[in-house]
Amino acid sequence: MIYTVSRLMGACAVAALSTAAAAETLTIATVNNGDMIRMQGYTDDFTEKTGHTVEWVTLEENVLRQRVTTDISTKGGAFDIMTIGMYETPIWGANGWLVPLDGLSAEYNVDDILPAMRGGLSHDGTLYAAPFYGESSMVMYRTDLMEAAGMEMPKAPTWDFIREAAAAMTDRDNEINGICLRGKAGWGEGGAFITVTANSFGARWFDEDWNAQFDQPEWANALKFFVGMMEESGPPGYATNGFNENLSLFQQGKCGMWIDATVAASFVTNPDDSTVADKVGFALAPDTGLGKRSNWLWAWALAIPAGTQKADAAKEFIEWATSTGYIELVAANEGWANVPPGARQSLYDNPEYQKVPFAQMTLDSINAANPNEPTVKPVPYVGVQFVAIPEFAGIATEVSQEFSAVYAGQQSVEEALEKAQALTNDAMEAAGYR
Amino acid sequence: MARAVTNNRKALNTAIAWSIGLLIFFPILWTILTSFKTEAQAISNPPVFLFFDWTLENYAVVQERSNYMRFLWNSVFIAGGSTVLGLIIAVPAAWSMAFVPSKRTKDILLWMLSTKMLPAVGVLYPIYLLFIKLGLLDTRIGLTIVLMLINLPIIVWMLYTYFKEIPGEILEAARMDGASLSKEIIYVLTPMAIPGIASTLLLNFILAWNEAFWTLNLTAAKAAPLTAFIASYSSPEGLFYAKLSAASTMAIAPILIMGWFSQKQLVRGLTFGAVK
Repeated sequence: MIYTVSRLMGACAVAALSTAAAAETLTIATVNNGDMIRMQGYTDDFTEKTGHTVEWVTLEENVLRQRVTTDISTKGGAFDIMTIGMYETPIWGANGWLVPLDGLSAEYNVDDILPAMRGGLSHDGTLYAAPFYGESSMVMYRTDLMEAAGMEMPKAPTWDFIREAAAAMTDRDNEINGICLRGKAGWGEGGAFITVTANSFGARWFDEDWNAQFDQPEWANALKFFVGMMEESGPPGYATNGFNENLSLFQQGKCGMWIDATVAASFVTNPDDSTVADKVGFALAPDTGLGKRSNWLWAWALAIPAGTQKADAAKEFIEWATSTGYIELVAANEGWANVPPGARQSLYDNPEYQKVPFAQMTLDSINAANPNEPTVKPVPYVGVQFVAIPEFAGIATEVSQEFSAVYAGQQSVEEALEKAQALTNDAMEAAGYR
Repeated sequence: MARAVTNNRKALNTAIAWSIGLLIFFPILWTILTSFKTEAQAISNPPVFLFFDWTLENYAVVQERSNYMRFLWNSVFIAGGSTVLGLIIAVPAAWSMAFVPSKRTKDILLWMLSTKMLPAVGVLYPIYLLFIKLGLLDTRIGLTIVLMLINLPIIVWMLYTYFKEIPGEILEAARMDGASLSKEIIYVLTPMAIPGIASTLLLNFILAWNEAFWTLNLTAAKAAPLTAFIASYSSPEGLFYAKLSAASTMAIAPILIMGWFSQKQLVRGLTFGAVK
């Protein structure tokens, strides 16, 4: 008996020691948005389950991008988990900078991750980052203004319909703009929007031999259409409007339509912040009948940098944060409308979540984007609103600056496209693609 | 009549000075006001100035979400440490350049200043790699050294300018009385240059407090100062202007209060030797 008790006590002591030894403090770099901040509030649940503690480094998106790029490319090891997007993941995975997310537990059910998300966060079939939440883009519109204009929004509108509706809803005397869209320079701001718009007009960034395609008629058609529509029905100074500026305009009832990230749906329908919360309808992003809609695909995902010494604990955190269990935890405390969307099929199969007004449209929008075939013609790259090559961020930022100059009336569409063509080809030649 | 013109001019000068002062202060005032608004009021158009329901909710959220005191302590340590360390090195350097100049002194001064012309991002990777090797990443000591080195040219230049105004004969007299070099600097030169040293100290403390490139790039969770605290509330996807304003107000409050109480010293030091 004494022998048995002493053996049991010994086993307990070993277990306690091993737990203590395995307990790690993880440093996680993340962005400042509602879902990520909410996750920080639930960290205690993770600590209770695993014994690991977490230190958060929250930074603005662009600062974070620069910060984690410096660290991962030097194998600095300052972070154990990084929040990265669909643009970085395949590039960094190919460079060997990320720990592959294989060997995830059966309970985690990796097959439940939406195929579009899984594809965009993988390289050569290996998953390198787990989606915390995913998004696409869609049309958000004012149902009352649409009705007053005598029009009805189809579930899948065309660009011609959107332009016509925008003109009908515009009321300059009452400061109502028919449509609000991003014009702000930056590859992730106006650059992303004009790229997906161009996709729907059949344009592409590069042909199969990495030659820039801004000299092709599809780009001119897309850009002229965009500028024409915004001049007719857009807000003044749209050349400097990004997500936040348009969100502010829409929430104050100054936009008839807004085409932007699906995550904005929860903001514009929140009565605490939005004056039009009960008058918002949703539709798929428009097309031109060529078979490609103008919606993007994005995910904020959690990845483990190769420089960390705590890969096992980091993997445990990722399993916790991107699991169905976490979604249920948030739903139980804050309601289904506040769970991180766009990552798992099971969420959209859940009858409770199906009651959320923008749930189905978000899923349909995500499924309508294909990063491997983003536009009508074949392309040598992966990515819908970006091209997943390291040089893209720099090139697209310059190109979007040229386009913003058009929106501001500083140059013509032709001049901007000519400059975009030259600078893109120069950069691609210097990088050895051509 | 002449007196009336003078008074008018005085009133005009005062009005211009106040207008410029208010213009410069307005962004800070607006930030402080916004920090007491709701997120909806923060973005309302036309903007609300004073007549809104003042709330402390943003401060409560910031307090709950972030460990403000840790960021504050890091800022105090890094800004204070780099300034003191810089002064310890710069006082003797400026003394030698002001009182024992060589034919290369001017060139050295210019060369020191030219290091400020190099874009910081150009040396980010070498310094980052050096920090990894030396184990200085995300440490207050590492950041203190970097900020000291960055501000050293300015400290040396400022002190050199002040020291040049002090007659060399006084130091010679001290030497003839048997003062050693260290005593000459500590007991004779330093007391005479107190206004200049104080303004140099204050200016460099402010520069180090506000530095936002190295403090963001060389820290993670442990050594991050208030610049990282502000950056954590900025977001391109979501309207958090009221919370960002509350965080900014909390970050600038200590330096604003310090500047307010030391403004006389600061102005006296900055105009030291300007009028002969």
